[in-house]
Amino acid sequence: MRIAITSQGNSLESILDQRFGHCKYFVIVDMQTGAIEIIPNPYSEAEEQAGTLAVKLLSSKNVNKIISGEFGIKVKPLLDSLNIQMIMYKKPNIPIGKVIEMLNHNN
Amino acid sequence: MNISSLFLYRTIAHNMARLKIPRKITNPPIVKGFKPYGPDIDSKKRESIILNFEEYEAFRMCDYDMYNHYQASVLMNVSRPTFTRIYASARMKISKAFVEGRQIEFEGGKVYFDSDWYQCNSCGCHFNNPEISISIQNCPLCGSSEVERHTEESLGDMPRNSEDDLCICPECGFTKEHHYGVPCRNEKCPTCNSPLIRKYH
Repeated sequence: MRIAITSQGNSLESILDQRFGHCKYFVIVDMQTGAIEIIPNPYSEAEEQAGTLAVKLLSSKNVNKIISGEFGIKVKPLLDSLNIQMIMYKKPNIPIGKVIEMLNHNN
Repeated sequence: MNISSLFLYRTIAHNMARLKIPRKITNPPIVKGFKPYGPDIDSKKRESIILNFEEYEAFRMCDYDMYNHYQASVLMNVSRPTFTRIYASARMKISKAFVEGRQIEFEGGKVYFDSDWYQCNSCGCHFNNPEISISIQNCPLCGSSEVERHTEESLGDMPRNSEDDLCICPECGFTKEHHYGVPCRNEKCPTCNSPLIRKYH
């Protein structure tokens, strides 16, 4: 199970980014091994198609779930057809570390 | 923005086609397309026919599930005449592919796929269920079992905002929410009994 979390910065203290396509970084957590990979989002400054390109990037990384604040209208059907679960977490100022803690507590 | 670009914008805005309502797709096709076979077929030479997802869905509902146009239009969240247009286009494309021996590809269209959405009452997150065969018991984020399935009414973030879409009475100003597939003129105002009209913004 690999879970992607959108982040505003490249550390675990960074805040969960409420946007999906235009977020600064993706934090990819592997739940089996506990490995954490942080990749910069190359499409954060893109004017259009940021969401769909980000979906392509994440699906190439074999992500099963994505946690973000909100998903766009083009992204939702795309993720649905790729069988990737969307989790919208709308509370402001949540650090990435806390989200990972919640996920670990889950298992 | 200078005056000439404003003029250009207005021209484009006025000549733009009417916006399409997103069509709801419950069963996307299980294959990417169809190929003809036979000795005289050189499929690379001929352009393939693009069948939109909405056209596939219309064809499936009418000729496979045997719904009538009205029932299918309600399921697809469009009006009945729109559905009939989509269905006619689907049949035209399929017959063209059959007669001319062309490939059919399923692609595109203004659609959204339908998966169930849930809300966790413990952490407040929203999530969907991409696997229809597996039912959701626990929140994927915090693991709490206090999850609740969204119904049509509680779903605030779907593509269409139904609160802005109203039927209005031209006589007394009575408004009610518009339902897709139900023409406003068939509904009567409860106070002055005159037919309702759609409210445009």
